[in-house]
Amino acid sequence: MKVSPIERGANYVVLVAFALIVLGPIAVIVSLAFGPQSASVARDGGPFHPENFPEAWEIGRFGQYMQTSVVVAVIVVIVSVLASILAGYALGTMRFRGATLMFYVFLLGIMVPTEAFIVPLYFDLRMVGLTNTVWGVAAPQIAMSIAFGTYWMRTYFRTSSRALIDAARLDGAGSMRILWQVLVPIGRPAILTLVLLTFMWTWNEFLIPLVMSPNGSVRTAPLALAFFQGQYTQGTALLAAGAVMVALPIVLLYVFLQRHFIKGMIEGAVRE
Amino acid sequence: MADSTTTIGRSASRLSARSAWAPWAYLAPAILLYGAFLLFPLARAAQFSLFEWDGLGASTFVGLDNYVEIIYDERLREAFWHALVLVFFYAVLPLAIGLLLASLLTRAQVRGLGFFRSVIFLPQVIAMVVVAVTWRQIYAPDGPLNGILRMIGLGTLARPWLGDYTFTLPAVGLIGTWVCTGLVTVLLMAGMSRVPRELYEAARLDGSGPVREFFAITLPMVRGEITVALTLTIVAALKTFDLVYVTTSGGPGTSTTVPSYEIYRRAFELGEVGVATAVGVVLTLIVFAINGVVNMIGDRK
Repeated sequence: MKVSPIERGANYVVLVAFALIVLGPIAVIVSLAFGPQSASVARDGGPFHPENFPEAWEIGRFGQYMQTSVVVAVIVVIVSVLASILAGYALGTMRFRGATLMFYVFLLGIMVPTEAFIVPLYFDLRMVGLTNTVWGVAAPQIAMSIAFGTYWMRTYFRTSSRALIDAARLDGAGSMRILWQVLVPIGRPAILTLVLLTFMWTWNEFLIPLVMSPNGSVRTAPLALAFFQGQYTQGTALLAAGAVMVALPIVLLYVFLQRHFIKGMIEGAVRE
Repeated sequence: MADSTTTIGRSASRLSARSAWAPWAYLAPAILLYGAFLLFPLARAAQFSLFEWDGLGASTFVGLDNYVEIIYDERLREAFWHALVLVFFYAVLPLAIGLLLASLLTRAQVRGLGFFRSVIFLPQVIAMVVVAVTWRQIYAPDGPLNGILRMIGLGTLARPWLGDYTFTLPAVGLIGTWVCTGLVTVLLMAGMSRVPRELYEAARLDGSGPVREFFAITLPMVRGEITVALTLTIVAALKTFDLVYVTTSGGPGTSTTVPSYEIYRRAFELGEVGVATAVGVVLTLIVFAINGVVNMIGDRK
C-alpha cells in the first residue's frame, strides 16, 4: 500500500509526540528521584544524587515492605496458578453437567469490583483473626486471581491439541498424568504469562492490603509509598526515589518479558 | 494386538467410571477458595446492606433504607456523578485518541512500531500509587506543568491543579486517560492489523479517501476490539480508588469523591458499614449492566 511521504512524515511526528507524552511523566519522576533534596544540597553537591535511593530505602523502610510484597505475591501466585491450572483443565477438556454454569460463575469474578466484597470480608476475617496477617491480605487476591486464571487456563486447554490428549490416553495415562506430563510442559508460555500477570496485579494492588491490615503490620510496597507521601513531606526527592523503587521490579519484568504482558492483557480481555 | 485392545478397554472404562466426579475434583480447590473469599463475601455484602451497623456493636435491620440514602445523600449522588465523568476520561477519550492513532499507524507502514507499542503500553504495568505520586508532582503549584505554562507565556492558566474546585476532577481524569490510552491503542492496533489489505486497496480503486476508508472499513472491522476496550476502561473508571485516595482524598471539598472512595471512607472511617456495602452492591450492578449493554451493542451487526 502506497502512502505519500508527507503522510508518512506526519505519522512519525504523531508517533514521537505520543511516545513523549507517555514518557514525559516517567522522566519527571526519575529526574526528581535523582535530583537534589533541597536548594542547599543543590548548591553544594551538584545536580546528580543517586544517594537519594539508599536514603529513601532506609527512611521509608522499603526493604521491609518490599519483602512483605514479595511474600504476599509469591503466595498468591503459587496458590492461584495451581488452582487455576486444575480448574481450567476440567473446564477446558472435560464434558460434564454444569461446566458452562461454572464457567460463567468464574467469569463473574473477573467483573466484580473489589470494593463490593472487601467490606464484609474484612469484618468476617476479623472475627476469625485473619486480618493483619499475610493470609488475610493474600486470600481475597487469590480468589480474584483464580477467577481470571481459570478463564485464562481454560482458553489454553481448549486450544490444546485434542489428538495429543487422545494419544496419551491410549498410552494408558490417567487424566492427572496427561495434565502434568503432557499439557503443562507444552503450555509453559501460557502459564508464564499467567504467573507474570498475577504477580504484577498482586504487587500493584492497593485497596486490599489497605483494608485487610489496618494496623499496618502487613504493609506492602505501594502502601508504604502512600504512607511515605503522607509522613515525609519535606522535599520530593526521597518520595520520588521511593516511587521509582516501588515501580521498578514490575517495569524490569516488563522490559524483558513485554510480549507476555501485552499478549496476556490483550488476549485475556477478549471474552467469548 | 489383543493385549493393546484390552489396555484401551480397561483405561476407557476406568476413565468413564471416574468421569462423574473427576471434573469436580479438579475444580474443588478453585471453587473452595473463590467461593470462600469472593462469592460468599459478595452474598454477605447484599445481606450487610440491609442493616445499619457501625462495625463494632449490634446491628439493626433497616430494610432498603441504605439504598434510599444513596439517592438522598448528596455526597453519594455526587460520587456516582463523578464516576460518570471519569468514564469520559478513562474510556471515551482514550477510545477517540486510540482510534485515530491506530488507524494512522496501520495505514502507513512506519518503522519502530513495535517499540512504540511497548512504550505506550508502559503505564499499564506501573502501580497506580506510583502513577498518582508522579502526577501529584506534575500538578503541584510549583510543578512542571505550571512551569511549562509560565515558560510558554500562558502563566495565567497556571493554578494548583489538585486544589481547584473546577479543575481537579478533569485533572484526575486525565491521569486515567494517560493510563488507559496505551491499552486501548494496542488493542485497536491488533484488531486493525487483522483487516485484510485487499479491502483497503479495493476502496482506493473506488477513489475513497482516508476518512471514508476509516468509517466504511476500519470502524466496522474492529467492532469487537472497541467493545472489549470500552468494557475494560469503563470498569476501570468505575473502580477508581488508589488514584483518588493518593492524589486528592476526594477533595477539595467533595469535588473528586468517587463511589469506591466513599465505600472505604464510610466503612472504615465513619462506621457506616451498611451504607458502604449498599454502595458496593449498586456499583457491582452498574458494572454488570454496563458490561451487558456494551456487549449487546458490540454483538449487534
